[in-house]
Amino acid sequence: MKPRHRLLVLLHVLLYGFAALTLVPFAYMLCGALKSKFDFAATVFLPAGDGWGGIGWDRLTLVNFIRLFTELGLPRALHNSLLLASVSSILTVLFCAMGGYALAKHRFRGRNIVLGVVLTALIIPGPLLLAPSFQLLHSFDLLDTYTGLLLPGLTPAFGVFLFRQSMLNSVPDELLEAARMDGAGEFRIFFELVIPIVRPMLGAFLMISFMGTWNNFIGPQIILQSPELHPLSVALNNLKGIYGTDYGVIMAGTLVSISPVMCLFLLLQKEFISGLTSGAVKG
Amino acid sequence: MKPTRWNPVPWLFLAPFLGIFSLFTIWPLLRSFGLALQQTYGPGTTVWVGLHNFSYLFTDPLFWTATANTARYTLGSLFVQLPLALGLALLLNRPGIRGRGFLRLTFFAPSLVGLPFVAMLFAPIFEKRTGLINATLHHLFTAWDPEFAWMQEYVMSSLILAALWMYAGFNMVYFLAALQNVSRDLLEAAEIDGAGPWQRFRHVTLPDIAPVAGFITLLSVIGSFQMFELSYILLSNSGGPENRGLTVMMYLYQSGFVTGDLGYASAIGWVLALTLMGFALFQRWLARRYEER
Repeated sequence: MKPRHRLLVLLHVLLYGFAALTLVPFAYMLCGALKSKFDFAATVFLPAGDGWGGIGWDRLTLVNFIRLFTELGLPRALHNSLLLASVSSILTVLFCAMGGYALAKHRFRGRNIVLGVVLTALIIPGPLLLAPSFQLLHSFDLLDTYTGLLLPGLTPAFGVFLFRQSMLNSVPDELLEAARMDGAGEFRIFFELVIPIVRPMLGAFLMISFMGTWNNFIGPQIILQSPELHPLSVALNNLKGIYGTDYGVIMAGTLVSISPVMCLFLLLQKEFISGLTSGAVKG
Repeated sequence: MKPTRWNPVPWLFLAPFLGIFSLFTIWPLLRSFGLALQQTYGPGTTVWVGLHNFSYLFTDPLFWTATANTARYTLGSLFVQLPLALGLALLLNRPGIRGRGFLRLTFFAPSLVGLPFVAMLFAPIFEKRTGLINATLHHLFTAWDPEFAWMQEYVMSSLILAALWMYAGFNMVYFLAALQNVSRDLLEAAEIDGAGPWQRFRHVTLPDIAPVAGFITLLSVIGSFQMFELSYILLSNSGGPENRGLTVMMYLYQSGFVTGDLGYASAIGWVLALTLMGFALFQRWLARRYEER
């Protein structure tokens, strides 16, 4: 064997070894979700038995999922998470794209001031606003409501900045002028000309916003008191508090919680990765 | 377009952003100055205490415990995660690797899980006796005590491991993107001139990826310094034994939303925010010095 070839084999062993290690927690979760409480304590992955491969396939059970969906109130939390994440991601993308478009493609008095505010806001760390926002929501009587949870997060400065940057060069001014000459309204121009041009960026940002809300924990933990309003992250942590030792239930719940984001990612994969790294490469 | 006549169109597009942003970012930001000088009992009742929150904060042993824990977690994440991410990116970027797309997707997948769910997934993994780590170690070395309590003895190391699983592939994607900018001609020229792999990495690859590497480091530090979910969920809503898992964010949360002192939480928020801004400025200073060189 040539040394070059040997090196390549070693590289593959290393890379696929790491890939296998990365997949172990996923496999552990999947196996755990399909095991009874007894089998979870008795075996690490799949229970032993006399089935194919020395595994007790007949011992696998859907009881954890059935319990989650009947007595433990998971459908409610799943519904809440889907509602919160879709509403917030769509509105966030819309508001940020609109703001970014105004800053990139319109010239008006005060534009530089707004742009300065956006740039300054990029460095405000989130934790700083936690306590004063809570007090503010209290005085507006918005605690324990979805409005109170979602509204403050709908206009991230970096979203406006991102859309401004991507529209600055990709949307030609001549195209906008031509459309105006033809008598197209400003909102029609925005939705039918500008939005299609920045579609890749839009897909990536939609995905980022969706994941941000879906995986948000501290927000709903602070703002929502009523259990029937809780999204998956908080609801599952409360289940963990009550059924702490019944890990099969927790693994099944985690599996249900991460599946929608995984599916969305597979749908938007190409746009997401290119959108995610485009800033880094240019930077 | 004539800038002389007032044009309402851009303001209409900016309206949702400006409205919500002023109300829920600028206004709370302004209020946080005053709030940090007050003591509150719940969101409604407040007493003016001046700078007492800050003078108390700097003598508060719990705050220093939280800061030390957070620093430990940040350093651990930095020195384990980023070299591994860069290493994986370098390996994956070599010509002749088969299944590159599959490998990239596999390494990236954990970052889609989201911090709260990573915490829930790792809870049974760190468990005594039945947990994945103890069971595997006991299987490999019979001398290993399967009752070893990871979440009591090695709290921060365990959290760093969970974060490593989640973020290594995420950072790898950034490094991979940066590596596409490294000049292949220069690498080949260096190889022909007899430069070894290390020399090629040190003198060709590293200078080209340095700006992105600096940026990734900054993002990691800022993210790690705000860590909350892993500690909170894995330690069952507490700071853990002797508060070994208490982070600054968790202390902020406990002060403001468990004890109910939003003023003290604001003071912690300010110290945390200034620290993070300090990191950002330091990184920019380093980057500028590097570019001038």
